[in-house]
Amino acid sequence: MIRVLRLSARNLVRYWRRSLLTSGLIVLGMVAVLLFVAVSASFKQIMIGQITDSMLGHLQVHQRGYVASIENLPLNLNMKPELVARVEALLREMPEVEAITARLKFGAMLSDFDETTNIRLNGVEPEREAAAMPLLAGRLLDGEIRNGLLEPGALLLPELLARGMGVQVGDTVVLVATNVDGSVNGRTFLVQGVLDAVTGPGGRDGYLHIDDARALLRMDAPEVNQIAIRLQDPGQTERVARRLEQRLGDIVNPRGQPLLTVHTWDQLTPFANIARMIDLLDLFIRIMLVGIVLIAVMNVMIMSVYERVREIGTIAAIGTPPGRILLLFVGEGVLLGVVGTLVGMLISLGVVQLLNVWPLEFAFGRQEIVLAPALALGDILWVAAIVVAVAAAASLQPAWKAARMDPNTALRHV
Amino acid sequence: MALVQATGLHKTYRTGDVSVHAVRGVDFSIESGGFVAFVGPSGSGKSTVLNMIGCLDRPTDGTLRVLDTDVASLGRREAADFRGANLGFVFQDFNLIPVLSAAENIEYPLLMVQNWPVAQRRARVAELLEAVGIADRADKRPDQLSGGQKQRVAVARALASKPKLVLADEPTANLDHVTALRIIDLMKAMRDEFGTTFVFSTHDPRIVDAAEEVFHLEDGRIVNGAGGTA
Repeated sequence: MIRVLRLSARNLVRYWRRSLLTSGLIVLGMVAVLLFVAVSASFKQIMIGQITDSMLGHLQVHQRGYVASIENLPLNLNMKPELVARVEALLREMPEVEAITARLKFGAMLSDFDETTNIRLNGVEPEREAAAMPLLAGRLLDGEIRNGLLEPGALLLPELLARGMGVQVGDTVVLVATNVDGSVNGRTFLVQGVLDAVTGPGGRDGYLHIDDARALLRMDAPEVNQIAIRLQDPGQTERVARRLEQRLGDIVNPRGQPLLTVHTWDQLTPFANIARMIDLLDLFIRIMLVGIVLIAVMNVMIMSVYERVREIGTIAAIGTPPGRILLLFVGEGVLLGVVGTLVGMLISLGVVQLLNVWPLEFAFGRQEIVLAPALALGDILWVAAIVVAVAAAASLQPAWKAARMDPNTALRHV
Repeated sequence: MALVQATGLHKTYRTGDVSVHAVRGVDFSIESGGFVAFVGPSGSGKSTVLNMIGCLDRPTDGTLRVLDTDVASLGRREAADFRGANLGFVFQDFNLIPVLSAAENIEYPLLMVQNWPVAQRRARVAELLEAVGIADRADKRPDQLSGGQKQRVAVARALASKPKLVLADEPTANLDHVTALRIIDLMKAMRDEFGTTFVFSTHDPRIVDAAEEVFHLEDGRIVNGAGGTA
């Protein structure tokens, strides 16, 4: 095999311009695919990281029907304290769970005494929220973190809203909310900080202490309406969700139906659709690479066979087995693929390194994204395997033609 | 037993409705160690006969035994194996592989056809380079060699795997007078040294003069009976 490849390599060098052009095309395709994979993966990772680590968590548990009516922020689908305790006890038994935080999500009116607007709020236990959402504190644009996240009587406001109303850290504001019975209550709060917005639902919510939220809503019992869960390994999200749903299946309503539902982060944010679109683009660009390699290699190999008919006749006449002639030409295609792959891989790794030294920055909605592209070994090997396999497949038809050539006819070819 | 034995050999080419009778019932035999020429004008069928002996073409009718093998019955793969094991070829245009040096061209059948071990291969190539007088050009590519040198390499390549029979189709047609004579002498010397049978198709009178047995062909028929001696 090595001797066949050596001869194949020499034939490629013989037509070096053509070989260079074909390899160049493969390199170009390879670099385009690997860079797209690296950059899009980085974008996805950053966005998903922000969504899961600063807002949603990897999983959420709600009472059945809550997510369907989440736009209304209902307070009649809250989980009672006994239920919350049971769910939390169950979660504490699962080694995959790193942290949990219980929230009371509701809508209110925010007033700075001059103007009033709507606001969506999360009542949280500061330390548990900070442990389950490690990137939340990093969203603080102004003010400071106290008491793990925020103190009782304090508010963290979303930037757009604070800027729109001209509210600043240290200002006193009033929150007015309607409780589950329809009665209205109001309380004053001190603005402790201003949070940067992030993409997705909950990205422009304010935060307050859960005890303040309960007091504002005049709750008798410490109810919550969502439990957000952070996992040790985000890659296990689907598996843990299935397991958790199974275990929560024992908790049923009076009609015997499961009372609680588990949602993964991608079921709770429209960004999951963008992530799926990126995956689809990734697939299309890989298909384009297959097309480039197929056409480039097939074209060059057809030319190669056409130009060397007499040579093929000669080697066939002196007894070279057809299978070896086939290998000789497939070897040329494979070598073109291998060279293109190696060079493409090196250039891609180099460009990715450069993109980490001089990072790409761009705005996604209100967010400034700084990409940190990286190439996973699996992606590199997968793309390399595609290129080499397609190069071999593309050279198969011309190689087959060469191997089947009648030596007598080939020797007479002019 | 004859090395090559042909009886009632026919070859007809069909192109659409037109049939061309290239060889019309020839009989001949070639003994081992011979220096034999098929001569005749263009279209007389001499190259067709050579191609059939070399398993590059099949007879339409008749029998042709080469080295006691009915070559007409060989399939594509068997024919390639038979050629690789028993035959050597010398072509009018030399047909060397352009990406290989002189030594590598000679080595090619040993490496790619017969899988000889490396030490034996190298020894055989060195022996042949010496025998055909181009040891000093061993590492030159074909485009760095003269016509005569190329044909010497081609002769050495044909002899590399120690075939019993070498078929040479117009081997001197592209060479000048002096070089052609040298190549003829070389092939005869190789026949004497290695005992290989050489069969030519030619219209070069110098080969005809050198041949020990000559078959004259005209219109696909041997016209000097069962073969003549030069």
